[in-house]
Amino acid sequence: MNAIYDFSILTAWIHQWLSGLMEPTAVMITEMVIIGTILILFVAAMGLVLVLAERKVAAFFQLRLGPNRVGPWGILQTLADFLKLLTKELITTKSADKFLYNLAPFIVMITPFLALGVIPFAPGLQIMDLNIGVFFITAVSSMGVLGILIGGWASNNKYSLIGGMRSAAMVVSYELSVTLAIMTMVILTGTLSMSEIVNSQADGWWIIKGHIPALIAFIIYLIASTAETNRGPFDLAEAESELTAGFHTEYGGIKFAFFFLSEFVNMLIVSSIATVIFFGGWMPFHLPFEWATGFNHIMDFIPGIVWGFGKVTFIIFLMMWFRWTFPRLRIDQILNLEWKYLLPMNLINFLLMSLIALTGFYL
Amino acid sequence: MNSIIKYLKGISQGLNTLWSGMKVTGYYFFNARKEIITVQYPDNKDTLKIPERFRGRVIMVHDQNNEHACNGCTMCEMACPNGSIKVITDKVLDPNTGKSVRIIDQHVYYFSMCTLCNLCVQACPSDALAMDGSYENAVFNREELTFVLNLPGSKIRDNVKD
Repeated sequence: MNAIYDFSILTAWIHQWLSGLMEPTAVMITEMVIIGTILILFVAAMGLVLVLAERKVAAFFQLRLGPNRVGPWGILQTLADFLKLLTKELITTKSADKFLYNLAPFIVMITPFLALGVIPFAPGLQIMDLNIGVFFITAVSSMGVLGILIGGWASNNKYSLIGGMRSAAMVVSYELSVTLAIMTMVILTGTLSMSEIVNSQADGWWIIKGHIPALIAFIIYLIASTAETNRGPFDLAEAESELTAGFHTEYGGIKFAFFFLSEFVNMLIVSSIATVIFFGGWMPFHLPFEWATGFNHIMDFIPGIVWGFGKVTFIIFLMMWFRWTFPRLRIDQILNLEWKYLLPMNLINFLLMSLIALTGFYL
Repeated sequence: MNSIIKYLKGISQGLNTLWSGMKVTGYYFFNARKEIITVQYPDNKDTLKIPERFRGRVIMVHDQNNEHACNGCTMCEMACPNGSIKVITDKVLDPNTGKSVRIIDQHVYYFSMCTLCNLCVQACPSDALAMDGSYENAVFNREELTFVLNLPGSKIRDNVKD
C-alpha cells in the first residue's frame, strides 16, 4: 500500500501540532470536538447525497428523470428539502407520550453515529480502532429498532404501533442472520478488529479467498442487512400503502428528518461493514497469486479512499436495485424467509466455513 | 429426502425469479437514457407532438370556404350522455326547389359538462364534428367554456345529404 494515501500521517501531524499548543487533556477534548463535528457534518452530507442518489436511481429504474429543477440536474433538491424540513413547525399530538415521542428520533440517530466510529473508510481514516469492532457494531446496530419501537408506541396511533411492532419482529429475527453471516467470515479473519480484518485482506478480498461459503455468507448478509435497515422489499415498517407512513406517521419537521436520515445512514453503515468484511475495506483489488504481483502493484496506485467509497457505493446501488425491483413481503413471509431459509442455510454455511478454515482449503 | 430436494429446489427457484426481476429493472436502469418516457412539458412546447387520437375538445370541421357539413339533424345532441350539446336549428326557403330546409343557427357546446367520450363524433352522420388536439383548456370563468361551434358567417356545404 502506498504510504502517500495514508490518513494517519495527517492525523498524527494535527495531534503533534495541538500537543505543542496545550495540555494533554485539552488536546484530547479538542480532538474529540473536532472529530464529533466532522462526524455530524459527514452524516448530514451523506444523508443529502444518499437521498438524492436514491431518488435519481429510482427515477432511472422507472424510466423517469427524477429531481431536475433545483440546481443543475437537481443536485440541490435534497438541500432545499432539508431547509424546508428545518423550518417546519414541530407538532406533538395531544395524546402522545411527550417524553418518549421526543426521545425516539434521537435514539434512532445515535445508532449510526456510534457505528460510524469504528468503520475504516480509508487507511488511517477510522475514528477508533476497537479490538472488538465487529462485536461493537453488531451490538450497537440493534439499538436502532428500539427507537423505531418507541416512536411507534409513543405516537399513540394504531398505524405507528403496527409499524413499530412489525419492525421489531423483523429486525430481531434478521439480526441473527446478519451476525451469523459476519461470524462466518470472522472464522477466516481470526480477529474482531475492523482494521485488522482489512489488513488480513492485503493479498486478496475474503469473498475471493473464501470462495463458495464466503459468497453464500455475502448473499445472506445482503438480504438480512436490507431487512435490518427497514428498506427494500422489507419496508413493511413503513408500508405506505397499508400504514400511511408506519412508525413515523405522527412525526414532522426535523424529527421526521432524523428517521429519514437514519435510514439512509444505516444503509451506508451496513454497506461499509459488508465492504470491510467481504471486499477488503479500502484494500485495492489484489489477487493472491504469484503471477499477479505486477497487477497488484498497479492497483496500489488508486488511493484507498477511492476503493473504500467505491465499494460502498456499489453495495448501496445493489440495495437500491433490490428496493426498486422486488415487491414488499408480508410479515409472515418475511419471518418464514428468516427462520426457514436464511437461518438453517447460515448455520450449515457456518459449519462449512469452519471445515474449510480447519483444512486450510482457502486461498 | 424428497422434502430436502423440494426445499433446495425452492431456494434455487426463488433466486432465479429474483434474478430475472433484477435483469428487467437493470436493463431499464442502464438504458434509461434512451428509454426515458418523461416529457418535460412546459419546456418542450415547441416540439410537443399531440397524438392524432387525442381528445382535446369537440370542434366543427370547416373547410377553406367557411363551410361545414352540419345540417342540424341533432343526432349529436341525442347521443350526448350529459347534455353538453344544444343544437339550435332554423328553417329557410330553398330558392331552387321552393321547399323549406333545416339549417343550424347555433351549435352550442358546453365544454364545462363534456366528458370527451367521443360519442357525438361517432353519432354524426355527415362527419361534421371532430376532436381537436388542444390542451391547456383551463379558463378563469365558467362562461368561457361555452362555445358556438359553427363559425360566424359559415354555411352548409352543398353536397350534404339530409
